[in-house]
Amino acid sequence: MIEIENVSKWYGDFRVLAECSTSVAKGDVVVVCGPSGSGKSTLLKCVNGLEPFQEGTITVDGVSVGDKGTNLPKLRSRIGMVFQNFELFPHMTALQNICLSQMKVLGRGPDEAEERSMKLLERVGITEHAHKHPAQLSGGQQQRVAIARALAMDPIAMMFDEPTSALDPEMISEVLDVMVDLAKEGMTMIVVTHEMGFARKVAHRVVFMDEGRIVEEAQTEAFFTTARHERTQMFLSKILEH
Amino acid sequence: MAMKYNWDWSIILCRSPEEEPTAAVEPGTLAPDATSAVGGGAGQFFDTGASCAQPYFDWIVSGVSWTIIVACAAWVITFSLGSIIGIARTVDQPVVRAVATAYVEFFRNIPLLLQMFLWFFVVPELLPEDAGRWVKRELPLPEYWTAIVCLGMYHASRTAEQVRAGIESIPRGQTQAGLAMGLTQFQVYRHVLLPVSYRIIIPPLTSDFMGIFKNSSVALTIGVMELTAQSRQIAEYTFNIFEIFTVATLIYMVVTLIVVTVMRFVEAKVRIPGTIAMGAD
Repeated sequence: MIEIENVSKWYGDFRVLAECSTSVAKGDVVVVCGPSGSGKSTLLKCVNGLEPFQEGTITVDGVSVGDKGTNLPKLRSRIGMVFQNFELFPHMTALQNICLSQMKVLGRGPDEAEERSMKLLERVGITEHAHKHPAQLSGGQQQRVAIARALAMDPIAMMFDEPTSALDPEMISEVLDVMVDLAKEGMTMIVVTHEMGFARKVAHRVVFMDEGRIVEEAQTEAFFTTARHERTQMFLSKILEH
Repeated sequence: MAMKYNWDWSIILCRSPEEEPTAAVEPGTLAPDATSAVGGGAGQFFDTGASCAQPYFDWIVSGVSWTIIVACAAWVITFSLGSIIGIARTVDQPVVRAVATAYVEFFRNIPLLLQMFLWFFVVPELLPEDAGRWVKRELPLPEYWTAIVCLGMYHASRTAEQVRAGIESIPRGQTQAGLAMGLTQFQVYRHVLLPVSYRIIIPPLTSDFMGIFKNSSVALTIGVMELTAQSRQIAEYTFNIFEIFTVATLIYMVVTLIVVTVMRFVEAKVRIPGTIAMGAD
């Protein structure tokens, strides 16, 4: 469904992505990990055209992202994205946040959008906070609203950019629970995360990146037990130590 | 030894009932007995029966009205044009950004007084002949229109900077989140960036609105009879310089305090729940 072929990207002279290639099939759950600055988030943002790339091709459901003629808003509306810092719109209630794109992009009426939003809020377990503003919610609650907001577009795939990195330890599990449920329902997911427990539990494959390159890509069990590259082993030994 | 000055408020506060409003003193002529107020005791001015209080009071009312009209009309230009220019400074298209930047640098780098003269004396000459003639001969109250346009466009350059700062203060992630859900750039501005940034910049917008009131006094140089001009005229007629400029000072302060109060109310009204905003008690 998502094909990434030989993608390279530069900021000036600095190469942030170097010939990255991978693919994600329908129903796949892929975890991307790696040290800070390895290009994980950038690769994710290239997939829905938030970041331009200079070389290579990315196709999503048959549509090439890099093509000038591509209707990017339409393509983006089909891929849900969840950000590290939630990025809920502060001047809108949780419910309005979820309704906005349904009404402005999908053209749903206010009643239909609200009904769908309430169902999603129920699914992520925060119906009672529907009419609160983001600043009145905890980090975990905000991130669950953000997930509901992304799901409201009935996406063909979901991308998560370090969804739990900005959360208090106690709130991480409430967000991961929602993501585990999603994965079990067969949602296609690309997740940038350092939550190795989550990766082990639901990921089909793990991709390890360093210095803009995809260093290693393997089935989940194989990744954790028989990583081939020295760099991967070093990374794993450090984060699995504790 | 400093001369003791006898304050005489009667010129604006006393209104003789028998006085006809039409008995205004023709500008350019000296009001009867006006000079007698200099250093004279309070009340002497009116004891003479001179019908002077009324025209001065009306002049002040007229001056305040014009100050408010000119400032508010200029603010409409400032707010709309300033918003457009400010937004244009933040968009991705380099040409649009360059034009907006040029506007801001041009208008905020030239003294307001000079801009007033340019609009009044130079611009009509630069217009096509018919338009120029219309501005010079047929446009009613040309100095007032000129002052409104000049003030509006000058302050638009400042408001544009505030709008730009407001937009740029919003984390990049907000734009990305908007785009990621399929909104267009226009929709991201309309539904995400602008509603938040206008809330953020209410305090500097308030100062600038007050600035328009104060700067409207510069329009006296092209003949707009606003509050400062009227005060100066009354001072020249009556020589009650201290009184009249004190009154003008107080009026400016009251007007700007009203602006501050209204804007504080607006700010508290649009405050985002769960956040802190100035003016929200």
